Amino acid sequence: MTTTAPAGAAAPPQPPSATTAAPRRRRSLTRGGGLFVLPFLVVFALFLVWPIVQGLWMSLTDASLSLRGTEFVGFANYTEAFGDPDVWSSLGNTVLFTVISCVPLVLVALGMALLVHSGLAGQWVWRLAYFAPYLLPVTVVTLIWTWLYQPDIGLGNQLLTSLGMEPVGWLSDESVAMWSVAALTVWWTVGFNFLLYLAALQSLPTTYDEAAALDGAGAWRRLWSVTLPQLRHTTVLVAMLQVLASLKVFDQIYILTKGGPNGSTRPILEYVYDVGFTGYRLGYASAVSYIFFAIVIVVSVLQLRFFRQEG
Amino acid sequence: MSAISTPVRRPRRPREESGSPLLLGHGRLPRVLAGTTLTVLAVAWLLPFVWAVATSLQSEQDVMKSGLSPFKGAFTLSAYRQILDRGNVPTWAFNSLLISVLVTLITTAVSTLAAYGFSRGTFRGRRTLLAVTVAAIMVPPQLLIVPLFKQMTMFHLVDTYAAVILPQVVAPMMVFILKRFFDAIPRELEDAARIDGASELRVFTSIVLPLSRPIVAAVAIFVFIGAWNNFMWPFVVTNDPDLMTLPVGLATVKDAYGIQYAQSMASALLAALPLIVMFLLFQRRIVNSVATTGLGGG
Repeated sequence: MTTTAPAGAAAPPQPPSATTAAPRRRRSLTRGGGLFVLPFLVVFALFLVWPIVQGLWMSLTDASLSLRGTEFVGFANYTEAFGDPDVWSSLGNTVLFTVISCVPLVLVALGMALLVHSGLAGQWVWRLAYFAPYLLPVTVVTLIWTWLYQPDIGLGNQLLTSLGMEPVGWLSDESVAMWSVAALTVWWTVGFNFLLYLAALQSLPTTYDEAAALDGAGAWRRLWSVTLPQLRHTTVLVAMLQVLASLKVFDQIYILTKGGPNGSTRPILEYVYDVGFTGYRLGYASAVSYIFFAIVIVVSVLQLRFFRQEG
Repeated sequence: MSAISTPVRRPRRPREESGSPLLLGHGRLPRVLAGTTLTVLAVAWLLPFVWAVATSLQSEQDVMKSGLSPFKGAFTLSAYRQILDRGNVPTWAFNSLLISVLVTLITTAVSTLAAYGFSRGTFRGRRTLLAVTVAAIMVPPQLLIVPLFKQMTMFHLVDTYAAVILPQVVAPMMVFILKRFFDAIPRELEDAARIDGASELRVFTSIVLPLSRPIVAAVAIFVFIGAWNNFMWPFVVTNDPDLMTLPVGLATVKDAYGIQYAQSMASALLAALPLIVMFLLFQRRIVNSVATTGLGGG
């Protein structure tokens, strides 16, 4: 891009002054620029900042879906939420889902990327096969899997019975349902993490690998001691994004099981939805969602700290 | 550098050049193992699709009795015909298309302008506003469902296209990604135009935008996919079946038509079709943009 090779060669003697002086000189040429940001600021303030403030206020009131006047109730909603067993059980479900979905979503993605990167033919076929489900709308994914999980003629149970095993109540057995949801989620979204890993692998320098090979390190040794350590940053990124995404699970569970059987798959966000839109208690629903938001923030901060120490 | 390396082919090391971590070139066994694993995984990943397609191409009666092989029954398009005749699916598809296109156009325009303003602007409070925007990336959109719904009730917008579209056009993540890209464009290019007296808008549209086509296209593609697949917000804010998007419509009638698997699968595949076509058309761009920007997560 910068074709001035001789100037570039002459530059090194005084780089610090060049970098500090340049922005100031350039900036004088641009005038204002606030108007460019204005449309964004309007929608940002209207549909993001306002709802955040409004929601916080609502959580301190007894707001309902009707437009009647609302009363300030202080922290009553919050104290009620902390004593609400449904809040705790749906939080527990959310944590369970996060754990059992994140681990395979990171490990399977890593395995897929390593295998695809190992140089076998047919790259685009693997990429297509693993990434395609990620593009499907949630309803499509759940329709397909409802059919696979169908107790009598679904593919899952037909495979099991043809192998001589007992059929499973994929969505009706309380101890199985959340695992079924997690399996669907892994199938649906692993392609995204897979692509992040694949891109990272493709950008790794090959020199370390070659040096280790010259020193006589075997394939597994190099995978373990050279490649995987180089992927640390990607793993941190993938794991952090995945934990935050899994905590926010709602769509597929709501369509697949409506939180059942017997509340065993209901995540916290579905509880917020149930309380707010079928129970009409918007104030209480807001309080529960702010508690959840606080948890998300704490988790993000903890993750950042943990990974910073690790790296 | 380039003058030294002649295009002479190196004698050996065909496999190692790809920097393969497993170094499958040495023996047959590792290659066979890796190939088998990849194939098994790919079959497992494609099986649900194949199963859905096969089911959608049968009559409802054949679906119920066909057992493990979905290919036993006679091939028929009746499920597709029934869906299209019923009228809802075409309406929802139209709504999805209209809403996704409008969300994409507005979001891309608003975000691109804002990113340019943040990247090149000198207005007061620029840093603070940028910091607030970046912080907003952390806010889970689901948190806003309840207050946004209240807001839409207040504006009398529930059950309108506007209510579905407007909250979706706020995309701090896209602004951030675009700004980083604009930051990397050397300003010398623009300064020449500025010295010649071009307005900022002119500089933006005739210099910066053309240079940014790949990233703007990537952002647009991902906003489109996100809007097409968005479920929770359209689900909450629409009750009128004539205003529903495909994902919402299909989810609400799932129970009503739950038993008719051929029709469910056919409608599911129709809803997925535009995105599959888009992926085939833009495969490289989609893959590259996920890979380089981490765009589209969530």
